[in-house]
Amino acid sequence: MAGGATSGGNAVTDTYKEARNWLLLPAWGTLGIMVLAPVLLMLVYSFLTKEFRGGVIWEFSLAAYDQFFFDRGLFGDDPAKIEWTYIAIFWRSIWQAGAATVLSLLIGFPTAYFIATRPEKQRVIWVFLITIPYWVNLLIRTVSMRFLLRDEGPLNSFLMTTGLVDSPIHMINTNFAVQVGLFYSYLPFMVLPIYAAVERYNFTLSEAAADLYANKWITLRHIVLPAVKPGVVAGCILVFVPSLGSFLAPDLLGGAKNFMIGSLIEEQFKGNAGNWPFGAAASMILLTMVLIILVIYARAQARSDKEAG
Amino acid sequence: MKKLLTTTAAATALLMGATGAQAEGKLAIYHWFEYIPQELLDKFSKEHDVEVIMDTYDSNEAMLATLKAGAIGTYDVAVPTDYMVSILIAEGLADEIASGELANIGNVKSGFSDPAYDPGLKHSIPYQGGTTSFAVDTAEYSADIDSTDIIFNPPEELHGKINVLDSQGEVLALAAVHMGIPQCSTDRDQLKALNDMLQAAKPHWASFNSDTAKEVLAAGDVAAGMIFNGYAAKARETRETLKYAYPKQGWVNWMDSVVLLKDAPNRENALKFMDFLLEPENIAQVTNFARYTDVIQGTAEYIDPELASMHESNPPAGIEGVFVEACNAETQAVYDKIWTNLKK
Repeated sequence: MAGGATSGGNAVTDTYKEARNWLLLPAWGTLGIMVLAPVLLMLVYSFLTKEFRGGVIWEFSLAAYDQFFFDRGLFGDDPAKIEWTYIAIFWRSIWQAGAATVLSLLIGFPTAYFIATRPEKQRVIWVFLITIPYWVNLLIRTVSMRFLLRDEGPLNSFLMTTGLVDSPIHMINTNFAVQVGLFYSYLPFMVLPIYAAVERYNFTLSEAAADLYANKWITLRHIVLPAVKPGVVAGCILVFVPSLGSFLAPDLLGGAKNFMIGSLIEEQFKGNAGNWPFGAAASMILLTMVLIILVIYARAQARSDKEAG
Repeated sequence: MKKLLTTTAAATALLMGATGAQAEGKLAIYHWFEYIPQELLDKFSKEHDVEVIMDTYDSNEAMLATLKAGAIGTYDVAVPTDYMVSILIAEGLADEIASGELANIGNVKSGFSDPAYDPGLKHSIPYQGGTTSFAVDTAEYSADIDSTDIIFNPPEELHGKINVLDSQGEVLALAAVHMGIPQCSTDRDQLKALNDMLQAAKPHWASFNSDTAKEVLAAGDVAAGMIFNGYAAKARETRETLKYAYPKQGWVNWMDSVVLLKDAPNRENALKFMDFLLEPENIAQVTNFARYTDVIQGTAEYIDPELASMHESNPPAGIEGVFVEACNAETQAVYDKIWTNLKK
């Protein structure tokens, strides 16, 4: 991902030098309208004064960030303390997204490896099978998961009729259900990049390792994993980032008992709170956090590229 | 957020379509989900040669947010609840209906033609009224259910089997009823007590869900849940052991109204639609579908006879419900804090 663009870029630049700026126009336009403008709008709103019942007054204010970091009690006139509420909500979301990422990696990596090592004709079918469920809307898939997991759902009926359990296993409205939902929602984002990386991997390297008496674990750790690392990292980012902001799974499968980052922000716009600057500020803090993670990754990647090259 | 985004996207798409063609033959409705039967919209569409577009929302506040975020001028009518009608009027989002513009306004039952939320019905017509309390699966809990203790101080059998609406207004209103304190109280001790009471009740709750409030009861995910009366009747059709409660402390009353929105792109058709809904035969179709109560004269002959006699639409005499109040900015800030504490 990062670093890949630098190699061999010069040749391209020369050939298309004249036309390059024009050819890039659609890309810049898209980025400007779809990414930059909304983020700037959010940034501006986060520093405005909130209007009662939604909306903003165009006056500069730090109230939104103040609310995020400082606790002034139920009535807002106690001496300021550190506000842990929102930090706890962010931490819960990060933990949950992290767990979903690890779970996806544990299942996704062997799956991707399995697919990539099939004969070429079979691979297409396997990849196709992985993507089929994703032709259906995410909301519908999450609701279906609710049906599957509930006390009187097919999974529990099956377990009970087969005599494996006496009473239904309570899964709905638990963190377990949320994890299952996130894992199910984002698994292909893990499988596909890893598959792409493993497919390019030169398996004669593994044979060479075996010839040199490396056992399977050592081959995996020191030969295969470094080679497919970009795919693994890309998969982890693609699962972690949407999980962080997701609220369908926490709402529908977890019972919405606790705010997640996504639902906290939603509440500021859609709920009684009607506090747009605070919603914007929370979005900006989330965005900053994700950016920091990506920058750290990009730097580490650049460093390891340098060391390798 | 995603829901908000899709609503906004839909609104934007609609806006583009609406400004492109100011055709007479259109009507854009912003409505609660699962409420008005499609056949009735088709009937209006046919009778007046109007293309009807409808978007839905799942809370009054979501509707307000969408309108304030730029959807005003996109929709012709919306269907907010009583307190939200007065908020829309106060925010200048409702258009005024001149006298004589609605031919059928006289059909509104006396006693409903001058409501506190919209004196003289200058901006709205009453649509459907009902109550909000909760339903209990009597197969799971057979003792007396007519107390708000079921939700806020639940018996052990119901621990971890309760769904509450994911809506600050209704939960805090019913909580105030439970504690016997006024809504939007400014008394600090009362507000603290309200906060503490909710904190103590929450560990016994399984979930906060509004749009699946019926389904979680009907499917047996929970044994008790806050719900609107007509929605409870629908849940009971699936699971017969469900019973709607009329707590002795009181419950929440509400009246949904059709409001003519400011800058309605199809004002004429909006008025036609309102007149259409004031005809007994038409509004009765909504009543039969949604299982609530209308306040239009002469609907009796069109209404499903079961509806009149069913438990969910017959609150006991002698106990009063309360209407949700819109708090002022200062109290609302405390309410927001209490709600965030509850869900943190």
